[in-house]
Amino acid sequence: MKKLLSFVLKIWRQKNNKEKGKFYTYKVYDVSPNSSFLEMLDLLNNQIINNSKKETPIAFDHDCREGICGMCSLYINGRAHGKENLTTTCQLYMRRFYNINTIYIEPWRAKPFPIIKDLIVDRSSFDRIIMSGGFISVNTLGKTIDGNMIPISKENADKAFDSAVCIGCGACVAACKNRSAMLFVAAKISQFILLPQGKIERKQRVLNMVKKMDEEGFGNCTNTKSCEIECPKGISTENISLMNKEYIQSFI
Amino acid sequence: MIYNNFISKIPNGSLNDQWKNHKSTLKLVSPNNRSKLDIIIIGSGLSGGSAAATLAELGYKIKIFCYQDSPRRAHSVAAQGGINASKNYQGDNDSVDQLFYDTIKGGDYRSRESNVYRLSEISSNIIDQCVAQGVPFARDYSGYLENRSFGGTKVSRTFYAKGQTGQQLLLACYSAMSRQIGKGRIKMYTRHEMLDIVIIDGKARGIIARNLINGEIERHSSHAVIIASGGYGNVFFLSTNAMGSNSTAIWKVHKRGGYFANPCYTQIHPTCIPIHGNYQSKLTLMSESLRNDGRIWVPKKIEDALLIRNGNKIPKDIQEIERDYYLERRYPSFGNLVPRDVASRAAKERCDKGFGVVNNETKEGVFLDFTTYIKQYGKEKTNELGIHNSNEKTIQKLGKKGLKDKYGNLFHMYEKITNENPYETPMKIYPAVHYTMGGIWVDYNLMSTIPGCYVIGEANFSDHGANRLGASALMQGLADGYFIIPYTIADYLSEYIGKNNKKISIKHENFENSEKKVKNKIKKLLLNNGNISPDFFHKKLGNIMWKYVGMSRNENGLLKAIKDIQKLRNNFWKNIYIPGIDGFNSELEKAIRIADFLELGELISMDALKRKESCGSHFREEYKTKEGEALRDDINYKYVSVWEYNKGKPISEEIFHKESLIFNFSKLQFRSYK
Ligand SMILES: Cc1cc2nc3c(=O)[nH]c(=O)nc-3n(C[C@H](O)[C@H](O)[C@H](O)COP(=O)(O)OP(=O)(O)OC[C@H]3O[C@@H](n4cnc5c(N)ncnc54)[C@H](O)[C@@H]3O)c2cc1C
Ligand code: SF4
Ligand code: FES
Repeated sequence: MKKLLSFVLKIWRQKNNKEKGKFYTYKVYDVSPNSSFLEMLDLLNNQIINNSKKETPIAFDHDCREGICGMCSLYINGRAHGKENLTTTCQLYMRRFYNINTIYIEPWRAKPFPIIKDLIVDRSSFDRIIMSGGFISVNTLGKTIDGNMIPISKENADKAFDSAVCIGCGACVAACKNRSAMLFVAAKISQFILLPQGKIERKQRVLNMVKKMDEEGFGNCTNTKSCEIECPKGISTENISLMNKEYIQSFI
Repeated sequence: MIYNNFISKIPNGSLNDQWKNHKSTLKLVSPNNRSKLDIIIIGSGLSGGSAAATLAELGYKIKIFCYQDSPRRAHSVAAQGGINASKNYQGDNDSVDQLFYDTIKGGDYRSRESNVYRLSEISSNIIDQCVAQGVPFARDYSGYLENRSFGGTKVSRTFYAKGQTGQQLLLACYSAMSRQIGKGRIKMYTRHEMLDIVIIDGKARGIIARNLINGEIERHSSHAVIIASGGYGNVFFLSTNAMGSNSTAIWKVHKRGGYFANPCYTQIHPTCIPIHGNYQSKLTLMSESLRNDGRIWVPKKIEDALLIRNGNKIPKDIQEIERDYYLERRYPSFGNLVPRDVASRAAKERCDKGFGVVNNETKEGVFLDFTTYIKQYGKEKTNELGIHNSNEKTIQKLGKKGLKDKYGNLFHMYEKITNENPYETPMKIYPAVHYTMGGIWVDYNLMSTIPGCYVIGEANFSDHGANRLGASALMQGLADGYFIIPYTIADYLSEYIGKNNKKISIKHENFENSEKKVKNKIKKLLLNNGNISPDFFHKKLGNIMWKYVGMSRNENGLLKAIKDIQKLRNNFWKNIYIPGIDGFNSELEKAIRIADFLELGELISMDALKRKESCGSHFREEYKTKEGEALRDDINYKYVSVWEYNKGKPISEEIFHKESLIFNFSKLQFRSYK
């Protein structure tokens, strides 16, 4: 067993969206290098609960802890989901912090993601973007044709899949200086234009989704590409180019 | 209408006519009447989400609830391996009958024939539907859908999207649902938890929910309630389920009169990453599809196992003939693809004998090795590419690329968690709690014993028997939601058309009473003057459950479990401490869920005690063959055990019922995978 670790944590705490927040300092001991970042926070919360009856544990979002639901967030030492590539916060392991003493933990910061409490933000703007057009309008009672009647080249199926794996975590927005949601939106747009089923509604879809994105207050893309770097699912900014093309073409 | 609420309503006729005939007898609700009917759905996973999308499409008014911040995060998103359908695209002689047979046999003849047959029939539709929605399933080079195989079957019928099938299916269903939310036919309540079901005149007429952001208690009324709240595996604390997965919705249904069926059937999944330490919060699954291409082994010699555990030998040091590929040895015809219960027990058996290869407290873990695949696939690929004088390096490279294409995300995940590179050294795996086959009892229409309360997906009990074959939960969730409930619920709702179409006021005294009960409980938890955190109790309960009600059970253990759980529950109500106030409070959320687990755990143990046979995932040490295989008792136990809560009495006094299982079309066979 490797040696247990301890850290100084500077954590953003904020009661709700109205009140101001600030950093608080905590010390956490006996962290196993094999535990995940969230397990480290569990440990801290347990220390808080056991040590004092005045302080409340730190609120943070999480559910699957497998890197797939997109619920966890956290800005860790200035990076969305921490500094490791292709990783969500729940899949970040403390062995990666071996030589680090102080860790800063903040919530996603973006106007369209208002803070709910401490490290938890409201990402329902993403849901509203999907509502505006992120779908294929098929009757779900199943009167469709046989799946093999729509052959799709392996290359396109694979590419569509690569775009479809976005987990809607919002790290792209948090990482972007413009608070742009382009990577998230573009991923959905690309998935559907690569598949024959999605082509019928393509014009309307891109127009509606882009409009909604603007309405929700997300900024524009200026090609800084920090979204791509921070995206835990490796969604490429190529999607954004594709979306821009699609958007312009929808006016023709 | 009077409901006799414990009749399975299995239609007459031969298996392949039953669903067709039954549908033709179900009453309809005309399109112009549907918008006058309100339906509440608890859960926005594959089952709840698909039901919401389709019912809204038909024109009903839907309110749907989930505890996460978005329906897209329901735990269905985590399903890795795939979804079954009997399409016979591979031409390996698959058929509806074959899928039916595998599923019935896989469930060890403890599921309902008619339900399983309907599921097999519908399976094909599901794939077509999902393709139409834009699910990027794996395709072969000619553009057609690709398949792979899973444990317990001899055909390739599993459709998949790399290792993220559940994610893709859920996102499609979330999109379909979002479209209806946009239209205003569905109202979505995120970060809301259902804490009680409201029964009026004996029928389900609404729920009490807690807004998790501000702690407000809300009343919602409806004409029917559909529960789609997923599985209760978290009663074991460590499981492959999401942290928030819980039993609260179904447990409340149970306490208000919904019978609970087969609670003791808990599937233990054979390929999870072994436990590392006691700080751990959950276990991570490595998809079973890996067993297609990985071979499972431990060293033949106990000394070698010891050397590996101590780090003095690595897997490569163990020669081929010194390895025990125990599944291939014991079950030659299925090998590594035996069903989950068989594979899990075999791993336990080896580790109990001291052959485990993981250096953790319990020394539990076996190898899942891809070396053979890398070689074979690499060679094939070099031939295919016309590389004639291929060397070992090229073969290895191409072989590993093949693995990456198929399972890339799983390998990535494994490396993250364990810090070991599975392309270079075998994975280590061990069984873990995964899926609960038991749940609320439902009839053929998926209605519980409470009229107007339907239960779908993992939350009900009906289709998987004592053991679930891989890739069939997604199939069931979507079959229930897209294709079954829309028909069967109309039959019930038709009653509310015309003068009966009165909305129930949320001021009704039963709403009042339910709300009061919920509020009192919350108050009690918050004001309790204890000093122990919720997590402590959850872990303790999990330990009891895993030790005595886990992979194998015996009478003494189960009796002890029941006593220990009762004691723990008392201790909980005496000493629980929840910091903070009523409002956003995750410790309070946990405590409410744990309080229910502490009751359900007892029922699970009682059910396991009562079933004096071994079947599927329920292995009673007293009932096994000479070779140590499960010994089923069809004469005495060919039934579904059904538990009725005895109002106001302790769990230990629940009333026991049986639903006899009738097998008209399949012959009950000894389940051998040799
Ligand atoms: C890691 C993993 C891998 C799997 N892989 C496969 C696979 O490859 N193939 C396969 O067929 N099956 C697989 N399964 C099983 C399958 O994914 C699940 O059985 C299935 O997705 C369950 O769907 P569901 O709709 O019933 O519930 P879930 O998807 O779990 O959804 C439950 C919903 O209920 C809500 N909810 C719960 N309680 C409440 C409450 N009290 N109030 C309000 N809302 C509530 C939740 O918010 C959520 O929206 C896997 C399961 C796991 C855990
Ligand atoms: S594009 Fe990447 S970073 Fe943005 S929401 Fe999707 S997965 Fe998260
Ligand atoms: S908790 Fe689900 S992605 Fe991190």
